Amino acid sequence: MKLAKALFAAAAAVGLSTAASAGTLDDVRGKGFVQCGVSQGLPGFSNPDTAGNWTGLDVDVCRGVAAALFGDASKVKYTPLSAKERFTALQSGEVDVLSRNTTWTLVRDTSLGLDFVGVNYYDGQGFMVRSDLGVKSAKELGGATVCVNIGTTTELNMADYFRANGMDYKPVVFEKADEVVAAYDAGRCDVYTTDASGLAAQRIKLKDPNAHVILPEIISKEPLGPVVRHGDNKWGDVVRWTLYAMVEAEELGVNSGNVDDMKSSANPNVKRLLGIEGEMGKNLDLPNEWAYNVIKQVGNYGESFDRNVGPNTALKLERGLNALWKDGGLQYSMPVR
Amino acid sequence: MAVQAQEGLAPAKPVFWNDPRFRALIYQVLVLGGVIAFGAYLVNNTIANMEARGISSGFGFLTKTAGFDIGQTLIEYNAESPYWRAMVVSIINTLMVSAFGILLATVLGFLLGVARLSHNWLISRLAAVYIEVVRNLPLLLQIFFWYFAVLRSVPGPRQSLNAWDAFFLNNRGLYMPRPLFESGFSLVVIGFLVAIVGSFVLARWAKKRQMTTGEQFPVFKATLGLVFGLPLLAFLVTGLPLSWEYAELKGFNFAGGMRIQPEFVAMLIALSMYTAAFIGEIVRAGILAVSHGQTEASYALGLRPGLTLRLVVIPQALRVIVPPLTSQYLNLTKNSSLGAAIAYPEIVLVFAGTVLMQTGQAVEIIGLTMAFYLTVSLLISLFMNWYNKKIALVER
Repeated sequence: MKLAKALFAAAAAVGLSTAASAGTLDDVRGKGFVQCGVSQGLPGFSNPDTAGNWTGLDVDVCRGVAAALFGDASKVKYTPLSAKERFTALQSGEVDVLSRNTTWTLVRDTSLGLDFVGVNYYDGQGFMVRSDLGVKSAKELGGATVCVNIGTTTELNMADYFRANGMDYKPVVFEKADEVVAAYDAGRCDVYTTDASGLAAQRIKLKDPNAHVILPEIISKEPLGPVVRHGDNKWGDVVRWTLYAMVEAEELGVNSGNVDDMKSSANPNVKRLLGIEGEMGKNLDLPNEWAYNVIKQVGNYGESFDRNVGPNTALKLERGLNALWKDGGLQYSMPVR
Repeated sequence: MAVQAQEGLAPAKPVFWNDPRFRALIYQVLVLGGVIAFGAYLVNNTIANMEARGISSGFGFLTKTAGFDIGQTLIEYNAESPYWRAMVVSIINTLMVSAFGILLATVLGFLLGVARLSHNWLISRLAAVYIEVVRNLPLLLQIFFWYFAVLRSVPGPRQSLNAWDAFFLNNRGLYMPRPLFESGFSLVVIGFLVAIVGSFVLARWAKKRQMTTGEQFPVFKATLGLVFGLPLLAFLVTGLPLSWEYAELKGFNFAGGMRIQPEFVAMLIALSMYTAAFIGEIVRAGILAVSHGQTEASYALGLRPGLTLRLVVIPQALRVIVPPLTSQYLNLTKNSSLGAAIAYPEIVLVFAGTVLMQTGQAVEIIGLTMAFYLTVSLLISLFMNWYNKKIALVER
């Protein structure tokens, strides 16, 4: 009898855990915080500061979602994930949203049971080498040993690139980004490859950052963006439009400093975004001042970019592809109306 | 009289549910049914949920192109090979580090066990300190220690340590000349095989002769001569059909020759040193388990200390040593999965890592990986059980 009871209880527990993932939006609202999957420490994108608070471009997506949902950007809990663990963590419901410099590809979008909801950073894969090697181009890397992170698109792009150029190489594959950097720094490899933004971020961690150069070649397209579970459309909409609201705000000139004044703006686009006119929030099943809260507490896309990865940070990244569409970049918000 | 009484009172056949044997059977069937039903429910639930979320499943991915490279490949492999080949490459890497690790750990462990029993105070203390330090530190920590110790203490490729322009040591690995076998070398291999078979025959013959006549034959020396002499003879007769390909610096790294990766070296050192500490204790326990009377009896029969150890003490000690030794071998094999932490391309890193990430089929891949470890562990157990049976006390 005891055994039967135990079996029944176990079966019931399994049944419950599957039933609980019906709608993430309701779940998140119920528990009162957003569980956000981030990296294990990539400066500028998701990195804990000295006080243990997570900051970065990817972190701002999660903070924005919390602001839109609860009116409080601090209602986020973070789960640091390695590249290898990230998709399983999202699939199994351990995190609500994965905002961890993850490349949007066809296979990931279709075969993993996940949906990419947008792009918060347009990136491309690059190579870093020691400057004393005298290498000027990635085409000269034949015979090199390359340090790379496991489970990334980087690993495949590298194989494609070397094969396409008829060059030989030896990969050394690590599980954690920190281990890759440590091994490269210890001289195990000639080359370190990852997304160009990642190279800029990890270079800060090296013993002598100035002794390394990033080669000019960008060998792939790496659109990085937040991911949610497939079929969870209401929740996907919330994350997607939080991202768009930040871009739209920059386009309309609304930022965290002037958002209160902007409430009295005559521009109907601004009025709709800030919830003075229309019922945008209701359509998303959010409070009507959702975008106001995002802008007030997290800032618009441009502010987030400048604060985390822009020219005045240690990463010194230019806007480039990530400028607004009207400035020649690719960041483009669908109309909020 | 008593017999008659018993016949009269023949016990009534109990009702079947009161029959303890029947009830035991029913309970077992019920429990087994419950376990199978629970398992089936789990499998069914997993499949249903994966389908509902659009996660692909099945083993079809194994024949698709892998598209990534692996740092250490003992068989032909490149980015255009299918996933199953990547799995085989990583399995070979796991087996290689495990096999060398077991070999080294056994030798080192036996030395440690004997050293700890040494009458020399210094030797026995040193062995004790080694065992206590090494077996009380986490293995992962030791692996990191050896990896970065190995990496940081050797120079880069352009400042390689060089021995006779044939051996080069740098932080990309140890480079050695690669033997190139020319026609006629097969004769040397045949000579070697013949020598091995010959020495088995010789040993049997010598034992038989000793049984009948009591005369001894220097089997060990003869075997040594046979195993080295015959291939050497073939080698000389066929006119030295062997040349060497030397590694040389080309661009960034050395090309050609044979290379041992620093990851392999670090794994081998860490695994064998760690396991050797445990084996040392097992060996010490085994030797101490043989009562001292056996040694004294052996001396009384006039056997020299060396022969006493070989013929009296060790065969009896082995009976105590082998069962726990088996579990150490299993531990070492399973611990080789920690190689994933330092980029040693074994099955957890390559198959349950890269392949899992590229295909996203966690259930199948983790299942295959578990099946691999289970198979290897069972095979090792099987072999060690066979060996244990062979050396077990035969009662006559």
